[in-house]
Amino acid sequence: MPMSNHTQPMNDNKLDETSACINHSEKKEAGFSLLKYTFIGMLFGIVFVKAEIISWFRIQEMFKFQSFHMYGVIGTAVTVGIISVAIIKKYNIKTIKGEKIIIVPKPFTKGQIYGSLLFGLGWAMTGACPGPIFAQIGAGLMSGFVIFASALLGTWTYGFFQEKLPH
Amino acid sequence: MIDSLKAPWPWYIAGAIIGLIVPLLLIIGNKTFGLSSNLRHICAACFPANIKFFKYNWKNEIWNLFFVVGIIIGAFIATHYLSNPNAIVINEKLKLTLTNLGVTDFQNLMPSELFSLNSLSSIRGFVLMVVGGFLVGFGTRYANGCTSGHAIMGLSNLQWPSLVATICFMLGGFIMTNFILPFILQYN
Repeated sequence: MPMSNHTQPMNDNKLDETSACINHSEKKEAGFSLLKYTFIGMLFGIVFVKAEIISWFRIQEMFKFQSFHMYGVIGTAVTVGIISVAIIKKYNIKTIKGEKIIIVPKPFTKGQIYGSLLFGLGWAMTGACPGPIFAQIGAGLMSGFVIFASALLGTWTYGFFQEKLPH
Repeated sequence: MIDSLKAPWPWYIAGAIIGLIVPLLLIIGNKTFGLSSNLRHICAACFPANIKFFKYNWKNEIWNLFFVVGIIIGAFIATHYLSNPNAIVINEKLKLTLTNLGVTDFQNLMPSELFSLNSLSSIRGFVLMVVGGFLVGFGTRYANGCTSGHAIMGLSNLQWPSLVATICFMLGGFIMTNFILPFILQYN
């Protein structure tokens, strides 16, 4: 069984493609239609706080193999995600607007190794991956604002040096 | 009912809800789950500085910023109306390790000795928040995804590059927590 419906050509535009966070829907959405994403985000934000995923302690326990909690969260999420995507593909489920669902796979680059290792270091330091950074801000934790500003600077710096970095 | 909502939620509930966000986003708008790209969209919107990486139509991705606003509101609601009345439960071994390194605030989600505005003036507080945050922003963009985009969305679609990325995040975190953090925490 093919791993996905799409194969992405690797060409001179590799950098553009790997770095794009592309929106595949042809349909334009605006105004109130976008609020449905806010509602899903709210649910997500509540889960982040209530399951203590935004806690620095939970992340330390994870990397010291002292608690099953985060492995349980990520493992369950991936399992539910795999089953859901498989069902969508098998039954060719369409979006609510009748579009074909498209998931364009991210092509492999060596940047995924270097970048992921660096991100892992930062994740263990801050106790926050990008989602929980926003949740920390919502939870009123001042550290969230500092980490957010630093993460923005990190992203900007990557953009500045992108073409000079090995990928 | 409210009491069980206020207690910390178990992993299987949290994991199931997070997993269901994948098909939900696909079905309501053909959107793939991924949060770190928002940092790029914010840079593109606010500080493009004529950098090629930030020259794209970020407005096309505005749904994701709406999603993030939801996360902020949700976290606010959970903190103010559903907060756990008890102190957080932490592994005793971790408590001991941290106590020996001068971290003794085990009341809340984050230890105040490390993550507060005051601690920003200590070496360890600055390194953890500022250097750590920088690595999160730089690393996720270099890796083209984070825990949501690679570990959850990518693995859900059985993409092997996302498995490589996930293994590397975990390896980086393991190295930091076990081998580097004990040194950083000494400098308060």
